[in-house]
Amino acid sequence: MTLDEMKPGQVAEIIDVTADGVLGQRLLDMGFIPGTKLHIVRNAPLIDPVELEMKGYHISLRHSEAKEVEVKAV
Amino acid sequence: MSKDSGKILVAVAGQPNSGKSTIFNALTGARQHVANYPGVTVEKKTGSYSLNNDKVELVDLPGTYSLTSYTQEERVAKDFLLNEGPSVIVDVMDASNLERNLYLTFQLAEMGIPLVINLNMMDVAERRGITIDIEKLGQKLGAPVVPTVGNRGKGKQELKEAVNETSKEARSSQFRLDYGEGLESSLGALEKALARDAALPGLYPLRWLAVKLMENDTEAQRLIKENSNDGNKILNFVAKKRRDCTSKHEKTPEKTIAQMRYQAAQEIIEACVTRERAIKSSLTDRIDQVVLNRFLGPIILAAGIYVIYELAIVQGYKITPYTWRMLAWIRDCIASTLPSEGFIVDPFFRSMPLWVIDGTIAVLNYIPIFLILFGLIATLEDTGYMARMAFILDRVFRYFGLHGQSVLPMVLGGLYVGGCAIPGVMATRAMKDEKARLATIMVVPLMNCLAKIPFYILMIGLFFSAYKGIAMFFIATITIIIALSVAKILSLTILRREESAPFILEMPAYHLPTVQGVLRRCLERTWLFVKKIITIVIVVAVIVYALIYLPGISSERKDHYLNQANRAQQAFFNKIEKDNPYTVFLAGDKLIEFALYWDAYSKAKMAARGKKARETMDQRFREKNLAYFKVVKKGEYNIEGKVIRDKDAKKAYTAYKKLDRTRSRLRRGYRDETIVSGYMGRAGRFIEPFTKWAGFNWRVNIALMSSFAAKENSVATLGGIYQSPPGEKEGVLEERMREKEKDWTALHVLAIMLFMAMYPPCIPTLLMVRLETGSTKWMLFATFYPIVLGLILSILVFTGGSLLGLSGMQAMIAFYIFALLILVGMGLIKREPEYS
Repeated sequence: MTLDEMKPGQVAEIIDVTADGVLGQRLLDMGFIPGTKLHIVRNAPLIDPVELEMKGYHISLRHSEAKEVEVKAV
Repeated sequence: MSKDSGKILVAVAGQPNSGKSTIFNALTGARQHVANYPGVTVEKKTGSYSLNNDKVELVDLPGTYSLTSYTQEERVAKDFLLNEGPSVIVDVMDASNLERNLYLTFQLAEMGIPLVINLNMMDVAERRGITIDIEKLGQKLGAPVVPTVGNRGKGKQELKEAVNETSKEARSSQFRLDYGEGLESSLGALEKALARDAALPGLYPLRWLAVKLMENDTEAQRLIKENSNDGNKILNFVAKKRRDCTSKHEKTPEKTIAQMRYQAAQEIIEACVTRERAIKSSLTDRIDQVVLNRFLGPIILAAGIYVIYELAIVQGYKITPYTWRMLAWIRDCIASTLPSEGFIVDPFFRSMPLWVIDGTIAVLNYIPIFLILFGLIATLEDTGYMARMAFILDRVFRYFGLHGQSVLPMVLGGLYVGGCAIPGVMATRAMKDEKARLATIMVVPLMNCLAKIPFYILMIGLFFSAYKGIAMFFIATITIIIALSVAKILSLTILRREESAPFILEMPAYHLPTVQGVLRRCLERTWLFVKKIITIVIVVAVIVYALIYLPGISSERKDHYLNQANRAQQAFFNKIEKDNPYTVFLAGDKLIEFALYWDAYSKAKMAARGKKARETMDQRFREKNLAYFKVVKKGEYNIEGKVIRDKDAKKAYTAYKKLDRTRSRLRRGYRDETIVSGYMGRAGRFIEPFTKWAGFNWRVNIALMSSFAAKENSVATLGGIYQSPPGEKEGVLEERMREKEKDWTALHVLAIMLFMAMYPPCIPTLLMVRLETGSTKWMLFATFYPIVLGLILSILVFTGGSLLGLSGMQAMIAFYIFALLILVGMGLIKREPEYS
């Protein structure tokens, strides 16, 4: 499944980043590396974007971007 | 290179939210210089300090998470490190977020420049129960590690010493990241190939270049093409190696590289960092539970924006009368050095400089607003709330080609009624998405700035006085509706090819801003603004002056005015009679001297409040010229405690009062005729056949065109054009306009209001647009598209409304619905993010 399908409160483990180019590179730079665990903290008041916690810091991304991250629920 | 001159050049690098600016400020103190990196809009701060006779020059690189070629900031940082040859890089790291920060450290180490690691925000790390073995970390990274608490200046001295020592050793970091067997063999082969090239060795660190090429980095490819004699061969070799790696690892080399960096970071963390306790929910988490709550979040955001608006715009505006007094004093001081006023015609070297000064101080008058605004923005930035704002609002703004970060610039520009586009445009600097940033810059001036308000009030008073509230609501909200639609249209058309960036936004931990940090930024930005005003606005104001007042009126008409003035003066002397002793004091050149005295006295009388003030003022004027004083006091004055009633002086007073009225009428007539026959006046008449479709006659054309210098002038210009006919009593401007424009309907007024709403930005704003976009082309676009748009909308409302036989209110409502439909339509057009 992809990251945008995860619900707040769930914990996911990254399998792969499917985007190339700037989005793919940015995700990699921010630590979206296979095996990394992340916690879905909350959706924005208007559902999109979503806030995550990983590697001890918080990050938010749009659902369209989260779609490019393949995960499995933990 | 820098060592020879006894100067040590040091680059300060680090990720965003690592406290890099705080460290930079702590090291350099007040000795800073802010400019832009050449050719881009990224801010470049430089500063210096001395330690043990060594002068150290620091350059603050933009905060970046990585060193790719995808964003302007990263390109700028990388270019500086490659081309400017700093002796040392100070890598500022957030000690509480070591893993991700190491990701950048590894890339910096690859560049072959000696590193000093600065573990900043040690206090935050301690609070989170994180202990770092500093010695071990230094061994692992092969570089000195200095812990600091930036906002308390702790560790500052040690950091300076480490920089000095490292620059003397000139030993690059011993750390070499192992990218794993598969990739290393490719990197090794590539490095050898690069070393064989005639030009490359010595120019760039080859290992770094090899890694970048394997990452498919476009800038690295460019370096090869530009410098190598056999670039294509190298690039083909790279392409082959990339294919090999991809098939071997079943993923692209850039993925493998990023993964290996994070793996190395984890290994270092495991060796050097201990967490004493499991992280329990932090203060930031608890605040966010409220601030980002589905229901409370938007309310808190709206309240926050309202507070900013209230403090800066409303309260700040209340301070402006005081600054105005100061500025007016400065103006008067300068005015007193200029050639003095004529009876009817002022000398060019008086009217032109005064015009320029007036235009300049009209804007400088907003400085209190800017100071408060910039202070509040700096506070918001430092607390970390900005990221939350973008998080909450991104969804709405994204539909229109904007970004969650567009909201603050738009609020400052006047999302509610009354803002200023200058800080609005400046506030776009924080936006990373270039496409959305440009769209924001282009629409911020459509918001309702403070200077437009008096014009709206005048127009609403003219034809919508029964519906003041509705009309004001219309104008306040229609601008947002139009701005959002325009933003979407721009992003679908001319901005289509601009660089867009993923949203991906770090939500930093909240922290308390320091007074010093906020003040520094607030003063810095205000100063930047003032500097711009003083330098360029003056030039532009001169040009606008020439367009309005040149070539001047014909000599016949000029003679006509001078004759009239002569006749009035004759009448004046006849009236006060020959034997009046005051004739001597007022004859010849003395008349104009008296006229100035009279004006000064009237002005002072209006300004003086309270008995005491009036008395000291009288004393001043009495000392200046006793005879004149007797006249302006209508012949009633004290001498040695006795009240004197001086009939002759009273007569002179009554006669002069009449002359003064004639004088100001003639002066206004002369000025009005000059404007009408000036270049802009001619243009106003020339385009009337076209603008009549929008309901604008030539008088309106002139008023609208001359407002370009500063919108504050629009009401004044109208006042000049719609002056009372000679001999009649002066009425309120609204009445005079109604008198002169008998055929006007509410449609005329609505069309003019819409045009004013779309009015092109003022000159200072245009300068900011130029500064923030780094392009004259964009500045010109920002000037002309609002004119075209304004005309289209005005014609639509006026001609459309006339054809349909709509009343002003009906047209207003119809247009509002029309604009809303367009807005919804625009929002529905799907926009998939495209990243180059």
